[in-house]
Amino acid sequence: MRKLIQHGSSTALSACETVPGHDSAIGHVTGRAAYVDDLPGPADMHHLAVGLSPHASARIRHMDLSEVRCQPGVIDVITAAEIPGHNEVGAVYPGDPLLAENEVRYAGQMVFAVVADTLYHARCAVAHACIDYQVMTPALDPVASIKAGLTVLPEHMHERPLPAPALDRGAAMSEDTQTSGNVDRALQEAPHVLTGEQCIGGQEHFYLEGQIAQAERLDDDGLRVLTSSQHPSEVQKLVAEVLGIPLHGIVAEVRRMGGGFGGKESQAAALGAMAALAAHRNGCAIRFRLPRADDMQATGKRHPFYNQYRVGFDETGRLIGADITLIGNCGHSPDLSEGVVDRAMFHADNAYYLGHARVTGHRAMTHTASNTAFRGFGGPQGMMPIEGAMDDIARTLGLDPLDVRKRNLYDLERCETHYGQQIDQPLIGDLIETLEASSNYRVRRDEMAAFNADSPVIRKGLALTPVKFGISFTARHLNQAGALLMIYTDGSVLINHGGTEMGQGLHTKVCQVVARELGIAYHRVRISATRTDKVPNTSPTAASSGADLNAMAARKAAITLRERLVDFASEWQALPREQLTLTGDGLTTGTGHIEWSELIQQAYLARVPLSATGFYATPEIHYDRQTGRGRPFYYYAWGAAVSEVHVDTLTGEYRVARVDILHDVGDSLNPAIDRGQIEGGFIQGMGWLTTEELKWDDQGHLLTTGPATYKIPACGDAPRDFRVALLEGHPNSQATIYRSKAVGEPPLMLAISVWSALRDAIASLADDRSSPRLDTPATPERVLMACHAARAGNVHDGGATREEMPDVMSEK
Amino acid sequence: MLTLTLNGQRHCLNDLPAATTALSLLRGHLGACGTKEGCASGDCGACTIAVGTRNDRGELHYHSANACILPAHQLHGCHLLTVEGLARREALHPVQQALVEHHGSQCGFCTPGIVMSLFCLDDERRRQGVNGPPDDDTIDAVLGGNLCRCTGYRAIREAARAMHTLPRPAMDDPGELSPVSGAPASGFYRPESRSALVEILTQHPRARLIAGGTDLMLEHTLALKPLPELIDLSGVAELGHIDEQNEGWWIGAGVTYHQLAPLLADHYPAFHALLERLGSQQIRHCATLAGNLANASPIGDTPPILMALGARLRLNSTRGMRELPIDEFFTGYRCTALTKGEYLDAVYLPRLRDGEQLLAWKVSKRRDDDISAVMLALRAVTDQNGRLNDVRIACGGMAATSQRARHVEAALEGRVFDGDVLADACKAIAEDFSPIDDVRASREYRLAAIAGLLARARLRLTSRHNAIPMTLEEI
Repeated sequence: MRKLIQHGSSTALSACETVPGHDSAIGHVTGRAAYVDDLPGPADMHHLAVGLSPHASARIRHMDLSEVRCQPGVIDVITAAEIPGHNEVGAVYPGDPLLAENEVRYAGQMVFAVVADTLYHARCAVAHACIDYQVMTPALDPVASIKAGLTVLPEHMHERPLPAPALDRGAAMSEDTQTSGNVDRALQEAPHVLTGEQCIGGQEHFYLEGQIAQAERLDDDGLRVLTSSQHPSEVQKLVAEVLGIPLHGIVAEVRRMGGGFGGKESQAAALGAMAALAAHRNGCAIRFRLPRADDMQATGKRHPFYNQYRVGFDETGRLIGADITLIGNCGHSPDLSEGVVDRAMFHADNAYYLGHARVTGHRAMTHTASNTAFRGFGGPQGMMPIEGAMDDIARTLGLDPLDVRKRNLYDLERCETHYGQQIDQPLIGDLIETLEASSNYRVRRDEMAAFNADSPVIRKGLALTPVKFGISFTARHLNQAGALLMIYTDGSVLINHGGTEMGQGLHTKVCQVVARELGIAYHRVRISATRTDKVPNTSPTAASSGADLNAMAARKAAITLRERLVDFASEWQALPREQLTLTGDGLTTGTGHIEWSELIQQAYLARVPLSATGFYATPEIHYDRQTGRGRPFYYYAWGAAVSEVHVDTLTGEYRVARVDILHDVGDSLNPAIDRGQIEGGFIQGMGWLTTEELKWDDQGHLLTTGPATYKIPACGDAPRDFRVALLEGHPNSQATIYRSKAVGEPPLMLAISVWSALRDAIASLADDRSSPRLDTPATPERVLMACHAARAGNVHDGGATREEMPDVMSEK
Repeated sequence: MLTLTLNGQRHCLNDLPAATTALSLLRGHLGACGTKEGCASGDCGACTIAVGTRNDRGELHYHSANACILPAHQLHGCHLLTVEGLARREALHPVQQALVEHHGSQCGFCTPGIVMSLFCLDDERRRQGVNGPPDDDTIDAVLGGNLCRCTGYRAIREAARAMHTLPRPAMDDPGELSPVSGAPASGFYRPESRSALVEILTQHPRARLIAGGTDLMLEHTLALKPLPELIDLSGVAELGHIDEQNEGWWIGAGVTYHQLAPLLADHYPAFHALLERLGSQQIRHCATLAGNLANASPIGDTPPILMALGARLRLNSTRGMRELPIDEFFTGYRCTALTKGEYLDAVYLPRLRDGEQLLAWKVSKRRDDDISAVMLALRAVTDQNGRLNDVRIACGGMAATSQRARHVEAALEGRVFDGDVLADACKAIAEDFSPIDDVRASREYRLAAIAGLLARARLRLTSRHNAIPMTLEEI
């Protein structure tokens, strides 16, 4: 650089002091924020569409695609035989071929691809395939699959107290759940024992921007892949494997996603690999966007679960023991199901000390799309049994469910989880006391009882439920992040890190952290796209860890540069280091202030390197799968919600009338963004538990393939009275970024209060003395049927009962 | 040729296929990619645009529409305003500014559609001189067709309430909108009179009729049918009117739900309440009552009400006009009494007589923008002795078409609607209907929900305890 830019006028630091909103907000509202499908394509760009399997389980006898090749605009047709490298895009374990080979394992599986001049032509051509399938009977019931030994991965168990000798891996993986007498004896001797079962539905991510990738050939035989992915490093790796070329030949790039929610953690890779393969073969750019119906059929969803619980408790409702069985419906392949069912097991206690506990997790195989990550990652499904049990216990004993919950919360004495982690900051007791008062719970409970007593049609329900959510990837090696920080000679700062922006405001938070470490105005810091050639080997933006990991890595890079600049300034100004600080958008010395861009230009001229990397790995965490014990989580985030629902007992329709939330984010990095995560997570969780119903026919075809039949919450479904507060004054006890806590996933589970409130309203039809079974999603249909059962006094039919339940495991 | 003005700039386009959507015109032909595709079926609202037309005084009115299912040719002579067209250089429109200030966007993909829905609300309130923030019902109605998966809506609602407080610069007038004369669009026919329509129908026997197109266009966007020939009803002058008669109203086949709403609010409150849950605002701006009948969907929301009212239909063709009671219109699953070359011209709504009540309820999984699992509509007169007379009941979602519940009617006719009569009526449901399990509801739920709605009808027709809420709306 021969000539430097003139210094701009000194910038007020006010922009740094006020909390910024989303860094793309203006782009969003003006339409200037571009997503992959909005980018002007290269002149040679073609489009890709895929042929999906019409059968859930079948052998491919013969494939005749000659008619497809003859259709208007078609330039290429691709099958598994054309893949030069590995035909495999499984994230952790094999089992997810890019294109089906010999057999199909779910209806909607990608079988072949068509490249054409327009997306319309490619889509039309797909219909002309002639494929001869030998159709087989699909496995569609996860409980039946477990009985038949159809799993994607072995069973796993947590048990406390541990039997004396540590289990070897083989024993822990065995299907014998009777290895310890303690839990069973505790349940036998408890004054009260309840059992229950529940079917928990899955959930379609319904990111508004469907899955998409675009691949362009570079002049050195490499490929650039623009992807809407939460995990660009995995896209890079899988593209390289499918093509059989080294990783350094592939650049994966994500500017932003139009929503992810876990649905673009592993599921986006197939699109990137497919587009790259087509681009590689045809020497042109390829855009591959899945139309909504294809997207909903081809990609995995939140795992449906079948749960059983048996709890023993005393006269006050305090738990003595719990035996919880979780069966996750994983779909046809492992994908991320190891972690998902693990996390469900880790959250089977939610915020409660279970006493003697056994938690068993099963991973059932069915011939459906491979279920995958979804905000909460099994945690929500895992919490449902114990929350159901809390309500059941209260109705058995004639207590307010809130009192039962409060008696069972973790506190400073009872603070060890069923997998052996010590909880060092059990905020939940105080948090609930505060929320109980601020939401006026007791008064409203009394008013509601009076209302219900006189109301033949409309019944009200109220529930307060807590959340404890463990933060860290349970796969230890994923808890790492890198960043690359560059300062240019005008003082502007560019930061790249491994995290991706899907709307959660990660880039905003990272910019805030960098600005704070360098003492400069927020607007000086910018984040460009996430690219695998800027920061390598990154982890998915998932497990709520985006800011915890990446902001910490960015902070380390900023500290490196800050120290370097102070070293330089000390020499330049001939002042001791201790007198120099970077603050107020520049260098403050004992005697004066040097503006930031002046400092940077002098540093440049003095040949100080103005870029640095940062790296962070979460300390402390470990988990031993063989013993089922350890500290898988660096810390826990807490929260609680009170929901009030109104139920029409003639039709089962209902409204969520009011919601009060108090949620723990430690010292918030950005209260506006955190509040947005809490509200959005809650409504998404509410949708999962209420109207979002996935339906398949008896041959395994998904019937809900678009928003006409799959109903996520609309504006009118959100409570009109929605009071959300952040818990103040409790910085994270662990040394996270500025003592903040992760916020992406935990609030989703606050919505369990809606489900619990619906059960409360229905139970009022049976004088609150018995608990109605209410599987989820609790659609108006399920609510009406539960109302009928409650009115008929038939609530023991499959709901919580005092009798011993048949154990699905023992019936083989 | 198609002439339209996009964000103040005139465009003349040739050779666009008849079924080209406004969204593919914007994103594919005009490079305006701010408007997003979320579903291509008019259900998510990410593609919402504002369609501006001039009224008699030359003032521009904007209404929201789903670009993904709006035929581009229907924008002939319109001013199309999209998310790119609101800001003036760096000055955001108040709708945009309010969304930024209230953190109303997260991933941002639904945001352009939300901006345009709120813009149309703001524009309408400005024209009507309404001050102050819109209420919750208005906001929910306007945003019912704009799905957001990230925010949970609270921040968006606050932006909607705050937008009126921000300074609102005048929008630039787009100037002349009237179409440039040129060769007619191939395959997209725009008759302007009933006689021209009949003639075109005869000349193009394979052409499909389109009014709002909110159902038909899905055959193109989802099922990939080319729809090479479309005859547009929206420009036929005679079909755009509501003709008031002594005993009722003739609703022309081109009248949109939005245009119909004031009449329903004044004369059929139960119908109006249902209309607010029919589709979304964007859909109601385009869709028509006649379209809901002519597509003969088994789950159409309006046919049960029209059957309960005893509506009549006017069909027209070169053979002349004929009238038909609505009960005779549906002949089977997706089949109607329309013959070749014939079209549905108008729907006659009979005025409710003194003492006559119309009740109508829809049950759906989601309150807004959902298709009903079941519908029940009931019209009856209660005499001085509390007996029900002239009972007409129809249900949707219970059979292959919307259908009268004649056994239920018989159970009620001439009787006081007490508990025993309710029990008889509920028993009669199974004689009238044998519903099926499908994606929206099970057979059991359909039967149970209709029984629940009959119980509600009894409470509504006989209850003296008005203080006790009988519906969620009454709390």
